[in-house]
Amino acid sequence: MRIYADNAATTKPSRAAIEAMLPYLEEEYGNPSSLYTLGQRAREAIEQAREEVAAVIHADPRDITFTSGGSEADNQAIRSAAEKGRKAGKTHIISTAFEHHAVLHTLNRLEKEGFRVTLLDVHENGLVRPDELDAAICDETCLVTVMTANNEIGTIQPIRALGELCARRGVPFHTDAVQAVGHLPIDVDADHIDMLSASAHKFHGPKGVGFLYARKKVPLVNLIDGGAQERGKRAGTENVPAIMGMAAALKESAARMDGDAERMRTLRDRLITGLREIPHSALNGDAVKRLPGNANFCFEGIEGESLLLLLDDRGICASSGSACTSGSLDPSHVLLAIGRVHDVAHGSLRLTLGEDATEEEVDYIVRNVREVVEYLRGFSPVWRDLVSGKANFIL
Amino acid sequence: MALYSEKVMEHFRNPRNVGVIEDADGVGEVGNAKCGDIMKMYLKIDGDTVTDVKFETFGCGSAIASSSMATELIKGKPVADAMKLTNKAVAEALDGLPAYKMHCSVLAEEAIQSALADYYAKHPEKKPAT
Ligand SMILES: Cc1ncc(COP(=O)(O)O)c(C=O)c1O
Ligand SMILES: [Zn+2]
Repeated sequence: MRIYADNAATTKPSRAAIEAMLPYLEEEYGNPSSLYTLGQRAREAIEQAREEVAAVIHADPRDITFTSGGSEADNQAIRSAAEKGRKAGKTHIISTAFEHHAVLHTLNRLEKEGFRVTLLDVHENGLVRPDELDAAICDETCLVTVMTANNEIGTIQPIRALGELCARRGVPFHTDAVQAVGHLPIDVDADHIDMLSASAHKFHGPKGVGFLYARKKVPLVNLIDGGAQERGKRAGTENVPAIMGMAAALKESAARMDGDAERMRTLRDRLITGLREIPHSALNGDAVKRLPGNANFCFEGIEGESLLLLLDDRGICASSGSACTSGSLDPSHVLLAIGRVHDVAHGSLRLTLGEDATEEEVDYIVRNVREVVEYLRGFSPVWRDLVSGKANFIL
Repeated sequence: MALYSEKVMEHFRNPRNVGVIEDADGVGEVGNAKCGDIMKMYLKIDGDTVTDVKFETFGCGSAIASSSMATELIKGKPVADAMKLTNKAVAEALDGLPAYKMHCSVLAEEAIQSALADYYAKHPEKKPAT
């Protein structure tokens, strides 16, 4: 048996995605830049895909640039806004402490180039407060970048409020919507989003492909120079099969979104209710404003990697923000950003359900997490100190 | 390739000598919750021999497997041998550890050293001349 509960890491490619890709691997292998019919059919196909992708987020297809995924889209969005800012003498960027590393590391690099970066507090519930963004914006601000939904704790930011605010203050607004596209409704006009990053493998498309949405007011700078593909903004022969797979996956995810989300929320809440019964545990992030499939917990007295390995033995695929799973000495920056101390952050578990999850699977997960946590606590010196009163419980 | 060797996984799944020794002759605890691995070793020593050893570990798969292997390597052995146990020996006995996990085997060596130091602090007369 295998229960795949790590859909925030990646998702299973849908049948629709695979079938949309196959013709472009087998018969329709032309280069979209070639002028003969085989090439032009590939060109038409990816332009059709561009329209389908754009429609899902209510965008103009001309504002969609295909990329190699979410990381590239984040890099290009931020670099482009920074470049525009630099030219206008504006070198202040606002973001949050719990963004994906694709955003944070790009910002680190810009800081070395002389930009000033303000990271907004995401508070204990993992939510940005619009009034705090309002207070942080100054005349030098050239970009606000806040993720739509967090990849670890699943919290959904008040994107429309943030977008309206940025529009009112005249600051370009980018959102890393990698965890949201295909799962939550997004309307770049109504939400006042100027730039948005997405990645196909998070919505049942193939890996290594994604897109950047950018309005004309932020001219894109190239990360990759070369040919004139993607209106000259992203050189390299287009990954036609992947783009076709992405569009098919997104179209299907968007069509099923409402029903899927409702069912998943019910299962997620069942999962959260079950895991909350484990003593000295805590849910990470707001219980309501979170992705439909996301449950993220800290269990006191145990370490996350050993928990994951034992769950894997029981057929459960999950992830953790412990230091030992990342190969660094620090646990997840996301958990630290919401105020979890190191001791507790090491014992975290992220479960992200897919659309096909069942009640039986959720109950199996709860039962097995409970057993494994109990087993590991049984020979944890930290747990011994807690129960014997030598140390105080945090959770 | 799997993250860990078969040997590591075997010790992780079935750790040897887990638990506490209430009347231990030496107890050592190393690591801290900040870095994510904590090991506690309990030694029973009779004459020149480590007659029993138990451990408790809060940590990753490699930390648990290293603790388990380290206890096996010193149980029933002369104290002088336990003194000389290195993290390299622990890692080798486990058929290797990923490079970034070597610090977990260092903790096993340190936990034993710490338990022996505790023993010698209580029994200074046993301390070998240096
Ligand atoms: C929020 C977020 N941003 C960016 C990325 C990077 O996307 P990709 O793997 O397509 O580069 C991910 C996925 O890991 C993510 O979850
Ligand atoms: Zn470790």
